[in-house]
Amino acid sequence: MFVTEKNQKSVYDVIVVGSGAGGGQSAYTLCMDGAKVLMLEAGRKYVPETETPMFQTPDLAPLGAASTPEKPFGFYDATVDGGWQVPGEPYARASEEDAGRFEWWRARMLGGRTNHWGRISLRNGPYDFKPKTRDGLGLDWPISYEDIAPYYDKVELLIGVYGSNEGLENTPNSSPGCLLPPPKPLVSDLLVAQRAKRLGIPVIPGHRAVLTQPLDFKHSPARLHPGNATAQKIIAEDMQKRAACLWATSCGRGCAIRANYQSTTVHLPPALASGNLDIRTDAMVYEVTLGRNGRANGVSFVDRTNGKHQHAAARVVVLAASACESVRILLNSKSARFPDGLANSSGKLGRYLMDTVGSTVSGQIPLLESLPPMNEDAADGHQMYVPWWLYQEQHAGKLDFARGYHIEFGGGKRMPGHGTGAGLEWLTGGSYGVKFKQDVRRYYGSFVGFDGRGEMIPNDQSYCEIDPMMKDKWGIPVLRFHWQWSEHERRQAAHMQRTFADIIEAMGGRVHGTVKTDGAKAIAPGGSIIHEVGGAIMGSDPKASVTNSWGQTWDVDNLVVADGGVFASNADKNPTLTIMALAWRASDQILERMRRKEL
Amino acid sequence: MDRRTTIKWVLAAGAAWPLKGGRGARADTVAAARVHAATTARGYGTDPNLVATYRPGELWPLTFTAAERHLAVILADIIIPADDHSASASAVGVIDFIDEWVSAPYPRHQEDRTIVQHGLAWLDAEAGRRFAKGFADLDSTSQHAICDDICEESRAAPAHGDAAKFFALFRDLTAGGFYSTPAGRKDLNYIGNVPLTRFDGPPAELIKALGLES
Repeated sequence: MFVTEKNQKSVYDVIVVGSGAGGGQSAYTLCMDGAKVLMLEAGRKYVPETETPMFQTPDLAPLGAASTPEKPFGFYDATVDGGWQVPGEPYARASEEDAGRFEWWRARMLGGRTNHWGRISLRNGPYDFKPKTRDGLGLDWPISYEDIAPYYDKVELLIGVYGSNEGLENTPNSSPGCLLPPPKPLVSDLLVAQRAKRLGIPVIPGHRAVLTQPLDFKHSPARLHPGNATAQKIIAEDMQKRAACLWATSCGRGCAIRANYQSTTVHLPPALASGNLDIRTDAMVYEVTLGRNGRANGVSFVDRTNGKHQHAAARVVVLAASACESVRILLNSKSARFPDGLANSSGKLGRYLMDTVGSTVSGQIPLLESLPPMNEDAADGHQMYVPWWLYQEQHAGKLDFARGYHIEFGGGKRMPGHGTGAGLEWLTGGSYGVKFKQDVRRYYGSFVGFDGRGEMIPNDQSYCEIDPMMKDKWGIPVLRFHWQWSEHERRQAAHMQRTFADIIEAMGGRVHGTVKTDGAKAIAPGGSIIHEVGGAIMGSDPKASVTNSWGQTWDVDNLVVADGGVFASNADKNPTLTIMALAWRASDQILERMRRKEL
Repeated sequence: MDRRTTIKWVLAAGAAWPLKGGRGARADTVAAARVHAATTARGYGTDPNLVATYRPGELWPLTFTAAERHLAVILADIIIPADDHSASASAVGVIDFIDEWVSAPYPRHQEDRTIVQHGLAWLDAEAGRRFAKGFADLDSTSQHAICDDICEESRAAPAHGDAAKFFALFRDLTAGGFYSTPAGRKDLNYIGNVPLTRFDGPPAELIKALGLES
């Protein structure tokens, strides 16, 4: 249930800080197994069933729902009190130059960024956990694909992920029955697939956390919670309350019928139904507190509704506030014993911050002009994608960058909006009048955009630390970011540009704008893909990492990091699915250690 | 505002086309003063109600004077006139959309506000220079003669560079306002945004006609 200062219990088994992918999964796993959990969320309570603008059209919104600094992804984006800047909660940057700039997207709402994310749910493959072993660069994880594969299965069964098993290199298959059927491709998807194939580039069904059919509430519960009848009953009931996709309205708005994954519609309802979860919103955690025995005994936070500083107590503390926010809490948890921040005896806290390499090219495709009317809302994009396909060439040293990328692409007759008909001069020669209306009809639905999403290798120049001066409105010291790409990322971005142009040309299309062969110009600024991970990396050496393979900090064994902070590498695969799988695994270990009375 | 006043205003603005000075450059003119006045309005915040319906003028005060509005109607309907498929821009509320846009208290919109106000004034001034009339009083041929000079930035004469930037922006805003409406969606034969029990993909005949069978 939702609690306040008045009815918060005096002590819990576990405090979970954060309610997004990591926090939601941690609370779910722990509560379904009987642990008493207090979840602390810095933002406000959020109710997708009533707050989601499911079918609202742009003419009902201010400015045609266009983006503004207050709603950077557009008016209907689900994000509450967030974006690249959060009011009253600044952060510092060591550099404002493009090459050294880091952007930090936050949300202040229950469920965090899971409410608006792209729902792309790709598994890391075997190479992705041992990159250093494979090519000598970056860092290996202390776990292998086999350690996490069962958790990928469980997460896919629980949240619902569509996709297919293609058996491609380092692009793992799921166990039978884990994936939902992929949606039908659009005309533009089929055209990309046909023409990319001619270039030797594979195009396969995408993987997204969207219910293309109802979940299998009869069989999945037993696979999720073997031997736990109570948990099986709760999740079987909840699965039946989630509707399948109705093939309309963007997932980024959130989903009132619970047809896609967001923590607030998937993890939290069953966790609450267990009776074991208390949630306190507007609770801005700033410090993990220690008992005399050197173990964590709780957290301190600011109640944002009244500014009061408060404390909550538990046997175990799980940080899932997002990679950088969890690092910030630890760095701010200073004591005589931990003068450089808690769990920082390695000096690695805040280090190896990574984002995803991003680069974009779009084109106009004459073959797609003036097609007959058809509903192409589909699954809101990513019906298909291109997994990285040059592992062997790269390993043989034939490419000038070390790690791969996947391609997300999209076209179709999407809902017209404030950008429709804009910037068409390159095609129309500047038409206006009746000719302009004809041109807009002709070109509507004929564009295809390609986004590369590539692996960044961790480096010593990309990290965050506490800014010596700046504080937020609660008086909490804020982060300062340092950022640097290496040649591997810049060259990868340039390769994306050339590849996308090749595909567009193979489709008989025209590239919009210039192809950026200079990687420094092709690459999006750090943080802008919103896949920031690292900062509290897991490892096998306490001197070189912050946590062990279970996300448990080396310095404080009842303090666990369960968000993207523990990533030792950032494969091209979008991180959310892996965050959830790792969080489930970490919580299983907490439960096991509680059973063994170690915690 | 009559033509004489408009021309005086543009001359007073002198070389103060905002684009020349780059981002944030503002001249000490009537127009600039109005721009400053608007920045005191507040935005919709970081937690607006997403399921409410909003109308122009509800969140922040609108900008256009009667004369500017009159010119905006004429120009928007030159860009998107009524045809066999759909109504004109002004008939479906596009002027309100543009007015809301240029009145919004965000940096991009404030820049657009300056461009649009100067651009509308330039139209009248140019009409006065070439035809000794206000733009609104010109016949369609003369209006098009002016638009033809500025409708494509890369072809516009250097002296018309700023006017061409204005025209491109105004066309984008007109299109954005128009295609956001039910009439605009209908014009493009958009048939989505409705709940479906299943999604079958494109028709097989179309896939075949395009040679896309697997």
